[in-house]
Amino acid sequence: MGHIPLSWYLILSAILFGTGIAGFVYRKSVITVFMSIELMLNAVNLSFVAFSYQLQRIDGHIYSFFVMVVAAAEAAVGLAIILTVFKNRGTLQIDEVDSMKL
Amino acid sequence: MNLWLIPFFPFAGFVLNGLLGKRLSKSIVSLIAVGSVAASFAFVLAVLGKVYPLNVPFSDHYFTWIQSGSLSIGCDFVIDRLTAVMLLVITGVGLLIHIYSIGYMAHEEGYSRFFTFLNLFMFFMLVLVLAANLLLMFVGWEGVGLCSYLLVSFYFKEKFAADAGNKAFIVNRVGDFGFSLAIFLTFILFGTLDFGHISSTVAGMPVETSAHMLTAITLLLFVGAAGKSAQFPLYVWLPDAMAGPTPVSALIHAATMVTAGVYMVARLSFLYDHAPLAMHVVALVGLFTAIFAATIGLVQNDIKKVFAYSTVSQLGYMFLGLGVGAYSAGIFHLMTHAFFKALLFLGAGSVIHGLAGEQDLRHMGGLRKAMPITFITLGIASLAICGFPGFSGFFSKDAILSAVYERSPWMFWVGAFTAGLTAFYVFRAFFLAFFGKYRGHHHPHESPLDMTVPLSVLALLSLVGGFLSVPTWLSGIYPLGEERTFPMVVSALFGILGICIAAWFYLIRPSMAESMKASAGPVYTLLENKYYVDELYTETIVKPVIGVSRSLLWRGVDEGFIDTGLVTGIARVVRGWGSLFRQWQSGSIRNYATWILAGSLLVIFVLGLFGDAR
Repeated sequence: MGHIPLSWYLILSAILFGTGIAGFVYRKSVITVFMSIELMLNAVNLSFVAFSYQLQRIDGHIYSFFVMVVAAAEAAVGLAIILTVFKNRGTLQIDEVDSMKL
Repeated sequence: MNLWLIPFFPFAGFVLNGLLGKRLSKSIVSLIAVGSVAASFAFVLAVLGKVYPLNVPFSDHYFTWIQSGSLSIGCDFVIDRLTAVMLLVITGVGLLIHIYSIGYMAHEEGYSRFFTFLNLFMFFMLVLVLAANLLLMFVGWEGVGLCSYLLVSFYFKEKFAADAGNKAFIVNRVGDFGFSLAIFLTFILFGTLDFGHISSTVAGMPVETSAHMLTAITLLLFVGAAGKSAQFPLYVWLPDAMAGPTPVSALIHAATMVTAGVYMVARLSFLYDHAPLAMHVVALVGLFTAIFAATIGLVQNDIKKVFAYSTVSQLGYMFLGLGVGAYSAGIFHLMTHAFFKALLFLGAGSVIHGLAGEQDLRHMGGLRKAMPITFITLGIASLAICGFPGFSGFFSKDAILSAVYERSPWMFWVGAFTAGLTAFYVFRAFFLAFFGKYRGHHHPHESPLDMTVPLSVLALLSLVGGFLSVPTWLSGIYPLGEERTFPMVVSALFGILGICIAAWFYLIRPSMAESMKASAGPVYTLLENKYYVDELYTETIVKPVIGVSRSLLWRGVDEGFIDTGLVTGIARVVRGWGSLFRQWQSGSIRNYATWILAGSLLVIFVLGLFGDAR
């Protein structure tokens, strides 16, 4: 893996993160938005690991594990919310779930 | 020495009965209540036996209660000869009254509540007399005030009882305010509140010839004493306090709590000795209260009211004794008064019990055959309070009047005349209740054994209590006064004269009383209405306070400022800002996402511009 320069990883990470943002902002289905969030998290993980390898330090690995744990927990909670929202409203279209105001 | 065990027993009784009383049977409740006081009494005897002859005070230090800067207040108990007298009176008379209450309260609602409060009272009263510093004494002082309130308004479903409780509590606030100011001043002057330290410091100070710091302290203390011990002008609560059950009147409003002021002045005699002006005030107020209350007592028709005014009057006597420097005579009268006044009240309670709640003297009469034990014991108590030679009141009243005679003869003559009045109204009540024809409707019956036994014991004490010479016992603390024959003979003669006049009016020529009443028209009305003092207070204090409270405090401060200004005002401001910020909350998730994105970009941008992480 030594012949692949760090910048490539970072570019890939940035592309993934940008995709995530785009999906987060523009997609209509809650599930897709949710997946976009996971995508952003993993883009960050990728850059952590890449830096960690480049600098030959363990910190980045540890952070990426933290992110994975948080992502797993978030997935569990998020999916539960999505299920409940679907049960109560019968839709997962993000624009139709807008009653959280007075 | 474990002095703390003395108040601990009643406290344990209070906790047990307070928590479990409702679920326990009446006999167990009374066993706990009476047993705890009996244990306390036995322990007092054991302690006194161990420390006899108690020539030096014995003190116990438990822990430092308050420590702040130079203020250091310990939880200390001290026992000396004065405390010993008080402990014996409180636990002894208290025990008898507890036993009596078993019979008296047998058919009443709230049986366990009654004994719970009574035990709590015993606890606070014992703390009051055992305390070795002013603040701890104040704890007991306020505690007995609380119990007095709770027990006066024991029949709280009756409006007059609840009102009487409030009156007792509120009037005592005035006195307690004076007491607390005195505590502050004492700390400023002496830097300590401990009796021993104050007494040794004050010994080196000159006697104040003009009004100064010590005079201020002692006068403020006397304001407190006047509140608790029902002296003019703060006596008004005590007659109303008769709304409570009769054992309460006997224990709290005759024998123990109302004498706390007398005890306090005697305990702080070293301060009063340095403030002659305050002493003079104490004597004058005591004398005035004695004759003032005695004249009201002449015309009361409620048997308990007669004895209530008599208590006020006798407390005046005690303060008269203290005021002329005869502290031991005051304490002596406190003790004998505890015996015969408790007996008078318990006897009255026995009569009331036997007549199913009747308290009006006009509906009694001829009861001596129906209740012989009550008749004899009440007769002994009446003779004792009149100062009939040989009975306990004779010795203590004589000790006070001898000392007064030495100081100022005119005070003595007023005091002796008051003794005559006392004899008259007590025997008036006695004759009206026990002689003549029965004028009531109920069928009178003698009280049960648990009521008559305490009556008999107290009657014995009223008979021989005078031979327990308290002034001799206290001669180490207070110098002995000189015994004089002249005041003794005069006061005894006044007493006998009073009895004779009462006998003439109410036994031999019953019509005389009515014709006297008619000829003394306006004076009689004035006395019957208690000099209109209550009405005066209503007009000058109660109504203005209620008026200001209603218009300024309620409508103005509470409704105007606090309600509309603070409570709803704050809510209005918050709602206003909220409706502004609410515009952001569109409810659309996409909107939020955009805000998050913008926010993150802003953070990154700012960090890039100003942060160190370039």
